[in-house]
Amino acid sequence: MSLHALKSGFFIVAMSMFLAACSSTSTDDAAGAGMGADGSGSGVGTGTAGAGDAYGSDLGAGGVATVFYFDFDKSTLKDEARAALNTHAQRLRANPIYIRLEGHGDERGSREYNMALGERRANAVKEYLVLQGVSGEYLEVISYGEERPAALGSDEGSWALNRRVEMTRR
Amino acid sequence: MLKQRLFTLLFLWVFLAAGAQAELTIEITSGVDNPTVIAVSPVAMQGGMLAEDISAIVAADLQRSGLFTSVPRENMLSFPRNQGEIYYRDWKVLGAQYLVFGSGERDAAGQIKVTFGLAEVNSEKMVLNQVVNGTDASVRDIAHYISDKVYEAITGVRGAFSTRLAYVTSVQGRDGRQIYRLLVSDADGARERLMLESSEPLMSPGWSPDGKELVYVSFETGRPAIFRQKLADASRQQVTNFTGLNGAPAWSPDGRKLAMVLSKDGNPEIYLHDLASKQFTRLTNHFAIDTEPNWTPDGKSVIFTSDRGGSPQIYKLNIATGGLERLTFRGTYNARPRLAPDGRTLVMVHRDKGQFHIASQDLITNDFRVLTGTYLDESPTVAPNGAMLLYATKRGGKGLLAAVSIDAGVRFFLPTREGDVREPAWSPFLN
Repeated sequence: MSLHALKSGFFIVAMSMFLAACSSTSTDDAAGAGMGADGSGSGVGTGTAGAGDAYGSDLGAGGVATVFYFDFDKSTLKDEARAALNTHAQRLRANPIYIRLEGHGDERGSREYNMALGERRANAVKEYLVLQGVSGEYLEVISYGEERPAALGSDEGSWALNRRVEMTRR
Repeated sequence: MLKQRLFTLLFLWVFLAAGAQAELTIEITSGVDNPTVIAVSPVAMQGGMLAEDISAIVAADLQRSGLFTSVPRENMLSFPRNQGEIYYRDWKVLGAQYLVFGSGERDAAGQIKVTFGLAEVNSEKMVLNQVVNGTDASVRDIAHYISDKVYEAITGVRGAFSTRLAYVTSVQGRDGRQIYRLLVSDADGARERLMLESSEPLMSPGWSPDGKELVYVSFETGRPAIFRQKLADASRQQVTNFTGLNGAPAWSPDGRKLAMVLSKDGNPEIYLHDLASKQFTRLTNHFAIDTEPNWTPDGKSVIFTSDRGGSPQIYKLNIATGGLERLTFRGTYNARPRLAPDGRTLVMVHRDKGQFHIASQDLITNDFRVLTGTYLDESPTVAPNGAMLLYATKRGGKGLLAAVSIDAGVRFFLPTREGDVREPAWSPFLN
């Protein structure tokens, strides 16, 4: 997921949260949006949500981020990650689907320690979703450590893109 | 609901012609200040030419140790086949301190017998006079045997030229996806064999103490799991299948157990797995990351990486008593510990000012030494004679292996021709 897409996603999420705040009943509607009652998108996200499944075929529907980035040696969620995860939590509470959370780290340091760091990051995402009411049995955590980099360079920019958790359908 | 993952697994047992097709090449960057000058005179063969040049292999072995420089063959004035044919003047003129010479016989069945000698040039004394037997298929082994004996006679340290390396390579395939390979080669990079090829990552290879099996982590099932594989017939067996991490397998010195990291009980902890009873025993119990276990040579303790102190450091756990001791205190990142066979030299990945080097620490004197000038280092592995260690690093964006002597005086690189190479594991003594 490129940084550009991440920024676009963040903007769209921010806008939709603003719109949701303006509408007094949108949060209630959001809970019911995935049920297929009316099929139309609610205040959550601006894209079209498919009837009966808030995700449709794309976890990132509505431009919400599905990749979350971390600071060096850290597994704490950033504000933009929490914002996106709030959206995911709403969708998953309404219509649970099996999700895979893949944790990664940058190449620096030892490989097996980086496997543990990747797992710690994916667990941080899982724990946040569980706190938002998503059932843990739907969330699988797997770490790839530094084995599957998104960016191949050995510079700060590449490393930042590799310290991530990716959310995919299982 | 399960996403189908397409991947291919090939079990190939490929013997590549030695030398010409070796994937790993050697680039020596520095040796000791005053290397010993040694002349390896060509081994004279009766009964037909050999497929390999024994004396060239011996000269390359000794040169690669960094302790020797070998006299080029074109400078040699004579080629003695036995002690009686040595004109010491011919070798003193070249500045040689030692001379290796020999002759061999090859019978019709391909049985080879080489008689070799080592002479000290200045004193004109014979140091070694030995016979080694082999076959057409094991000429490189004959050469490495000679190197081992010569090295030990001169340095007093057992030679490790007859050992092997296991390592992982990663190459981009035609479809743009990565192809991961687990390979074994001789210590000089020759006779590379493919043990496993996969479109999913492979990690953390290790050797059994008898040198007959490998253990490693493979993602082929969709998540990391530990496998063991015999070198003789390439047969494999899955050892673990837990959710979460299954990693860093390390064979105990008595061959009976594997130490490993599993996070199945909530966070990464060190476990022992008994290979006969298949039982798992949990060794650590702490909410921090505990990983990368390895054994002390006496088999009584496990050293491992833990960030229970806030950042990764190396600890030692006595298995019987449960006694825990922190070993490293220098800097904020020390990980991936390995102990040299002397049981007192600890090597590790050490971060200093943001750069990751290989460092050593003497556990008795606490003498601490950064061994490498490269700065994205990982995965140190120590030769079974303790003289040299291999590790993985990056150069020009490409992953390659590098070697450094335990006192940092000798360095060389081992790049592959294509892709990245990493995670070296040095075999135990095999003979």
